[in-house]
Amino acid sequence: MENYMKLEFPSKSQNEAFARAAVGVFVAQLDPTLEELSDIKTAVSEAVTNSIVHGYANAKGSVELICRLSGREVTVTVIDTGKGIPNIELAMQPLYSGTDDEDRSGMGFTVMESFMDTLEVESEVGRGTSVTMTKRIGTTIYV
Amino acid sequence: MKLRMESIGTTLVVKPDGELDQSCATELRTDIDREIIRTHTKNLILDLGNVTFMDSSGIGMIIGRYKQIQARGGKTMIIRPQPQVDKVLELSGLKKIVECG
Ligand SMILES: Nc1ncnc2c1ncn2[C@@H]1O[C@H](COP(=O)(O)OP(=O)(O)OP(=O)(O)O)[C@@H](O)[C@H]1O
Ligand SMILES: [Mg+2]
Repeated sequence: MENYMKLEFPSKSQNEAFARAAVGVFVAQLDPTLEELSDIKTAVSEAVTNSIVHGYANAKGSVELICRLSGREVTVTVIDTGKGIPNIELAMQPLYSGTDDEDRSGMGFTVMESFMDTLEVESEVGRGTSVTMTKRIGTTIYV
Repeated sequence: MKLRMESIGTTLVVKPDGELDQSCATELRTDIDREIIRTHTKNLILDLGNVTFMDSSGIGMIIGRYKQIQARGGKTMIIRPQPQVDKVLELSGLKKIVECG
């Protein structure tokens, strides 16, 4: 299977649900298990939410999402041109949040990392952030 | 996201309905906090049976309520999480600090 899709939407929080649903429907052509599908949707939700609340800090901006299918592998890339991440290694640590919002658990990157097979973050302060994650469908071993 | 709340004695039962993400977390937090104060809640039960999706925004919201209830000397309990919600709860470590049924 070789296929891809590309979306662009404004940084409105209503689009979090839209983005994960769109990816879910697109990935369905690989016939994933329910768990694989919800893992991908959850990871997409984390990346898109981060672009909206951190990248653009709830100001206006545009988020780009690309989803590629290659063989049994799903690759999702979420790109913003927001404020960027000063220290990626620190940002990716479990429980670390760069905000002082007490209702942020700092678990977004940890969710992406554990629900997907790979996670790569590129970022430059003042230029934006790009998050790429992959997951292979159909590697679940049934016993 | 719809929200139903019911007070039984000093226990507040909170029942959100739908997908729990950043777009509704703030409103949910405000509504629950207001009700905690209004009804002098001691213990909190979060019935997640009708939550069809949750991400880390939900985790943050729950930890915030857990801390409030703890400060009031009460207990927080999570009941009926669906598989996707349960997996996120498990990963966050919340299941170690909040009673789950
Ligand atoms: N797209 C982004 N642009 C700018 N900063 C980001 C971006 N994504 C993440 N960050 C930074 O990395 C930190 C960690 O992100 P992570 O998703 O792990 O936690 P969080 O968003 O703070 O909390 P949670 O996801 O649990 O609500 C953020 O607090 C923020 O400072
Ligand atoms: Mg996040």
